Amino acid sequence: MAALRLLLLLAAASLLVVASRGDASGAGPRGRKLLVLVDDLAVRSSHSAFFGSLQARGLDLEFRLADDPKLSLHRYGQYLYDGLVLFAPSTPRFGGSVDQNAVLEFIDAGHDMILAADSSASDLIRGIATECGIEFDEDPEAMVIDHINYASTEVEGDHTLIAGDDLIQSDVILGSKKIEAPVLFRGIGHAVNPSNSLVLKVLSASPSAYSANPKTKLASPPSLTGSGISLVSIMQARNNARVLISGSLDLFSNRHEKAGNEQFVTETSKWVFHERGHLKAVNVAHHKVGETNEPSMYRINDDLEYSVEIYEWSGTSWKPYVADDVQIQFYMMSPYVLKNMSTDKKGLYSTSFKVPDVYGVFQFKVEYQRLGYTGVSLAKQIPVRPYRHNEYERFITSAYPYYAASFSTMGAFFIFSFAYLYHK
Amino acid sequence: MAETEADAAAAPSAAPGRLRNAFGGVLCAFTLILIGVLAFSIRLFSVIKYESVIHEFDPYFNYRVTQFLSKNGIYEFWNWFDDRTWYPLGRVIGGTVYPGLTLTAGSIWWLVNALNIPLSVETVCVFTAPIFSAFASWATYLLTKEAKGTGAGLMAAAILGMVPSYISRSVAGSYDNEAVAIFALVFTFYLYVKTLNTGSLFYATLNALSYFYMVCSWGGYTFIINLIPMHVLLCIVTGRYSSRLYIAYAPLVILGTLLAALVPVVGFNAVLTSEHFASFLVFIILHVVAFVSYIKGLLTPRLYKMAMTLVITVGMAVCFAVVAILVALVASSPTKGWSGRSLSLLDPTYASKYIPIIASVSEHQPPTWPSYFMDINVLAFLVPAGIISCFLPLSDASSFMVLYLVTAVYFSGVMVRLMLVLAPAACILSGIALSSAFDVLTRSMKFQLSKLFDDGSAISGNGSTEATSASAVNTNSSKSENKTEKSEAAPKEKSSKKNRRKEKEVTESVPAKSKKEKRLSVLPLEASVIGTLLLIILGGFYVVHCVWAAAEAYSAPSIVLTSRSREGLHVFDDFREAYAWLSHNTDVDDKVASWWDYGYQTTAMANRTVIVDNNTWNNTHIATVGTAMSSPEKAAWEIFDSLDVKYVLVVFGGLVGYPSDDINKFLWMVRIGGGEFPHIKEPDYLRDGQYRVDAQATPTMLNCLMYKLCYYRFVETDGKGFDRVRGYEIGKKHFKLTHFEEVFTTHHWMVRIYKLKPQKNRVRAKLRKLKSGSKSSSTLAAGRKKNPWQ
Repeated sequence: MAALRLLLLLAAASLLVVASRGDASGAGPRGRKLLVLVDDLAVRSSHSAFFGSLQARGLDLEFRLADDPKLSLHRYGQYLYDGLVLFAPSTPRFGGSVDQNAVLEFIDAGHDMILAADSSASDLIRGIATECGIEFDEDPEAMVIDHINYASTEVEGDHTLIAGDDLIQSDVILGSKKIEAPVLFRGIGHAVNPSNSLVLKVLSASPSAYSANPKTKLASPPSLTGSGISLVSIMQARNNARVLISGSLDLFSNRHEKAGNEQFVTETSKWVFHERGHLKAVNVAHHKVGETNEPSMYRINDDLEYSVEIYEWSGTSWKPYVADDVQIQFYMMSPYVLKNMSTDKKGLYSTSFKVPDVYGVFQFKVEYQRLGYTGVSLAKQIPVRPYRHNEYERFITSAYPYYAASFSTMGAFFIFSFAYLYHK
Repeated sequence: MAETEADAAAAPSAAPGRLRNAFGGVLCAFTLILIGVLAFSIRLFSVIKYESVIHEFDPYFNYRVTQFLSKNGIYEFWNWFDDRTWYPLGRVIGGTVYPGLTLTAGSIWWLVNALNIPLSVETVCVFTAPIFSAFASWATYLLTKEAKGTGAGLMAAAILGMVPSYISRSVAGSYDNEAVAIFALVFTFYLYVKTLNTGSLFYATLNALSYFYMVCSWGGYTFIINLIPMHVLLCIVTGRYSSRLYIAYAPLVILGTLLAALVPVVGFNAVLTSEHFASFLVFIILHVVAFVSYIKGLLTPRLYKMAMTLVITVGMAVCFAVVAILVALVASSPTKGWSGRSLSLLDPTYASKYIPIIASVSEHQPPTWPSYFMDINVLAFLVPAGIISCFLPLSDASSFMVLYLVTAVYFSGVMVRLMLVLAPAACILSGIALSSAFDVLTRSMKFQLSKLFDDGSAISGNGSTEATSASAVNTNSSKSENKTEKSEAAPKEKSSKKNRRKEKEVTESVPAKSKKEKRLSVLPLEASVIGTLLLIILGGFYVVHCVWAAAEAYSAPSIVLTSRSREGLHVFDDFREAYAWLSHNTDVDDKVASWWDYGYQTTAMANRTVIVDNNTWNNTHIATVGTAMSSPEKAAWEIFDSLDVKYVLVVFGGLVGYPSDDINKFLWMVRIGGGEFPHIKEPDYLRDGQYRVDAQATPTMLNCLMYKLCYYRFVETDGKGFDRVRGYEIGKKHFKLTHFEEVFTTHHWMVRIYKLKPQKNRVRAKLRKLKSGSKSSSTLAAGRKKNPWQ
């Protein structure tokens, strides 16, 4: 028992050291170690441009075959990797201790993943995608076909290499530089549930696309059609783990350098590995106007100031996050105060307001959820008390007639008693 | 009983004169001390059988408040805003609590610590109630003595010291308002009667102060402020108006109301609510009567008659106007100016019709007949005799006793917890009855015996005089009554009784007429001996019953349960186990939801924030929790999540057969929840009007959160899911929880604690079946499939 506790202590201490070192060097929100699982080590060379861009950004890649029997995501309860690239669409099962649940637990522990499927993707890959809220066309032979927006290099043939330019409008996900050339895609399509707010379509098919087996004749209407088909989707879990799922492994390959693919995959992978769009809120402070110490309790009708600093990770350092729509709520079952906070453009957001004339246990709430950004969700409990017995006004001007009345009655009674008793 | 017998025997045996009085006084004081010790020690069964621990629910709150008071001082207590209860509304403790008990125990604690006796706050709280029950029996002595003399006083004190009804509320550890309030109640009545007998302003002022203490202690003070006006009115109507009556009542209303308004929880209610109107009305009537009698003395009879007709015509008009205004004012408020609890007293069916939250409390139910026998035992039969004795002769004080008894009987019939108010009245009247009976019996025994031994008439006369002295106080007081009534101008004449008695004995001024009277009420020797024996046996039964009730019935602290079986004693300490788990394994700011019964205990023992507690001040909040408990899992999760609840606590007795568990309370949750949120309907939980959780139960019942939390994994205990409280197998045995997870279940499964699962990190897509139809319909189907309550 004691030894275990010692070990734990040591672990905690080393963690602390790591954390403090991380802070000192201004480290980002995520580690830099990725595990790349491939079907075939040839992928390493056929997709070298993509891997090269990852490595150039300082990510540390470890290539393993998906059925490597020594595969493991964690050891002694610690995850060995900070992210996962699953480029093994046809693997029926992973080697070692890794299976579908292990991958999902990896994500739920707050790690990121890029998953590339392909037509004839295995049930394993489909299962992982389903758990992330994405459904591939269940026909294993199906591919996305578009007879209008196909790649110009492939005029003849079955039009399965399609040119996608229906990209999501978000600088956070795709970078501020516009992707000019269309993104070439050959692979399986998928659908996302529009009511699922965690999943976003990054690259959608054009309205003329449909998903079917290109080798057979179409017997019944295809189940996935038009812009309902998503080609590449992202999912940001509630714990801010990010997952990119693409219906095509080919998308990441070196073959389509001319097209917008390289820029597309580079920019989306930056987003996935938290090099962009990661917000952190620190230094929450509140105090009464004119004071600096944080009280444990406010009184009704106090004037208070609230401030919080919000920074965004730029890939190399924490930069102040600038926006004009960060709101503070003073909340007890419903917001009593809802106010935009003003920013000094250096990351500090602050505002001041009057505590409502209601006592109870309130919360300072900042709920900031924006497309592509990690969610900022702060809640800090603070009780608000009524006036103390000696905080009320002692003498009320409008009550002076009553004071006068009572004292004059007392005086009159005294005089009356005196007169009654001694006048004879 | 032994003391009173000794007392009864002591009076005739003592020699006349100063020595006799001194001996009687000492004996009386000694008896009173013994009664105090008896009252204190009969309440210690709970400490001896269990441990020195606070009992039940409300005492835990009082204990917590006392702790706060002893730690932070009176001003912090006064301004205490408690953010750990009624989350997120909070509760202003200082302004919503009757501070009398807390301040009393806090002062005792401060005093003993100042004397370097290091008692813990808990110890002081545990023993406050027994100490005050000793005080209460002394106060009863004083009150009864005012009405019927020392003998009756001692008798009543001894009876009150061990009356089971009072024991049930004041055993060691039962640290509740009633513990000190009964003392305050009786003492206030004593001071009122004392003022009435003496006409002294000093006692009138003391009376107002005592009334203030009562207001501080208990909401039952409204009983005093309605009973005393009723008595005053009775005195006026029966032509017993005197200046003593005025002095007894007018200062009480003025000072008492002013003082009552100082208590934050009462505040302006002291002049605003209908409960207090009677006192003001009688105050006005008293002044009119006083004025009329003053005028009467001033004017000649003819002038007086003229003035009367004038005043009556004008007065009637004014009265009608005032009454009309009052009626309009009162009618404009929805509850007619009465608080819910008072209304349910006046109309016993009110609560069950309109306020389920009041009706749901077991102690607000009307009592059953056996509970009278249980709680006041033989007193129920002695009380009528006491009433008769009070009418022989009727004085202001004895009429007050009768009035007190009659009203208390009515109130005890409405609410079982007001049996407590009846107990002192029953004790006083029984004391009077027993004392008069002993009086008559011993006197006739003495008379007959003396006649047996000597037949000289002179000696017999002497003997009878001596026997009379046993009831000297009675005749004395009644006589003084008459005298003072005749001569109002001489309040001094009613001097202290000792002096008067002495004076009387010295002058031997017993008139021949009274001698004759006494001889008439003499009984045969055999009858009086048998009567005395029977009364002693009756008293013996009473004592046996009281001790049994104190030891067996009323000493269980209800947080620790025991049961006897062949293997021996089983102790169920599940509640404290659960609260200890909460305090050690959850975060300080975590919120725990449970039915309101367990709110006080959770805050006091586990120190965790609760949503609702036993101070049922916000019906909507309780209804919210009731709704959550009666909702399906997902809806309940949403309600609890919106209240930031992290843990849900349920009490389940099905495994060990503990009947007052949450499943048996559940219909009240449905009713109270449905009262605010109409989508919860009681018939949905009943099968053909019957409440059941077996296979016949409705699906709504079997899918509600309370059922699931209580019976989750229950089938694993015996393989059948047999509920020992309900006595059948439960309806749904195998199910899983989707939004809650079990984190702790106590040893006997009496308390089960669940944690709200966090929202899912990811949202899973549907699993499309092959050959599924159109996309949208399958999404819907999948959505339905995910629905946890299908």
